[in-house]
Amino acid sequence: MIDLATLASTPAILPVQSRLTAADRWDHILARLGWKRAGHRVEPGLYALGNPGPDSPVFVSANYTLSFDALRSSLDGLAGYILVLDTKGINVWCAAGKGTFGTDEIVNRVFATHLKDVVTHRKLILPQLGAPGVAAHVVKQRTGFWVEYGPVRAADLPEYLKTHKATPSMRQVQFTLRDRLVLIPVDLVRLLPYTLAAAIVMYFLGGWVSSLAVVVTVLAGTVLFPILLPWIPTHNFSTKGFLLGLLVALPFALSPFFRHPDWSWYHRLGQALEFLLAMPAVTAFIALNFTGSTTFTSRSGVKREMFAYIPAMAWTFGAGLLLAVVFIFIR
Amino acid sequence: MLNAYLENTLVYEPALCNGCGVCVQVCPHATFEMDGRLAVLVRPQACMECGACQLNCITGAIHVESGVGCASAMIQAALKGQKEAECTCG
Repeated sequence: MIDLATLASTPAILPVQSRLTAADRWDHILARLGWKRAGHRVEPGLYALGNPGPDSPVFVSANYTLSFDALRSSLDGLAGYILVLDTKGINVWCAAGKGTFGTDEIVNRVFATHLKDVVTHRKLILPQLGAPGVAAHVVKQRTGFWVEYGPVRAADLPEYLKTHKATPSMRQVQFTLRDRLVLIPVDLVRLLPYTLAAAIVMYFLGGWVSSLAVVVTVLAGTVLFPILLPWIPTHNFSTKGFLLGLLVALPFALSPFFRHPDWSWYHRLGQALEFLLAMPAVTAFIALNFTGSTTFTSRSGVKREMFAYIPAMAWTFGAGLLLAVVFIFIR
Repeated sequence: MLNAYLENTLVYEPALCNGCGVCVQVCPHATFEMDGRLAVLVRPQACMECGACQLNCITGAIHVESGVGCASAMIQAALKGQKEAECTCG
């Protein structure tokens, strides 16, 4: 909420450049690594880019550095205002889903920055992905400002601004290889401590092969899965994960047959089954969790997947683990 | 279940459409297209239930149970006993 004192004083318009500095780029790397997840913030308020006048366009953005910087760096050579909402350091699309990039916040921010005294027109250009949190007609009703939904990607803004009409491709989200690659470090860093702990435990239970199996399983889920996503057969993320997990488990399943010709057949088969049961379950679980990072999975679809496959993941993982324990004793 | 994403909760009532076209603008998956003065639901299966069209449709012609399509968020909500999943990435 904005209190009366804030409303009474005319807030400063902060100057900003479109050129990104080395410090900005370093901040982007840290954000992509998940370092201080909520710490990549811009002060909410009104920013002046270039040398804007009362007719200059007003763009709305989130107070996450990656969002704000994508916008300002796309507007190189242009003049305009940027109205930064307080989305708690979350990007536009996720914040719109939560409602923090939303109607109320826009209305409050328009009044708090005295935008009506800064520009003579009454139009706000929003990123299209802000729409899940914003009712354009309500913003108009409450502030007098029309909401115009710009393109999905800030990079398309210069082209868009020529006509203020978005082409169908500007309106569609993508999920390119590059889009998927930049997501890998966050998950990898997040899972690193658990992976190391599990690898150490498995070293003592089953030796270096079991330890390696842990690392390979996590890498398959966090690195291979996002890269190969469109090419892995089947539609559901869980089944894609199971398939990928089976593939990387194969060499491990075969290893006892080559490394331990002296073992009994059931001991070798047992160890092969451990890998074939436990590894795909974990890869499938990581794959299912990747749904939240994609640009296209629906809530009802993910729910159906969860009910259908999480029990299978739990059972196969449990069975693999049980076998591992059993063979510690009968070895 | 071959494809969990074949069905979704998107319901469109063309009789209520006033032809403003905002659904075509806000949908990130080209689910709607304009045909003359009316919006047409051309790719219902592409819907990811983000809810942008419903929120911006002034006549209430679109209904969708919107929410985050994120397993991680739903698992955490289930573990904490919350009814509604909230994304927890940031």
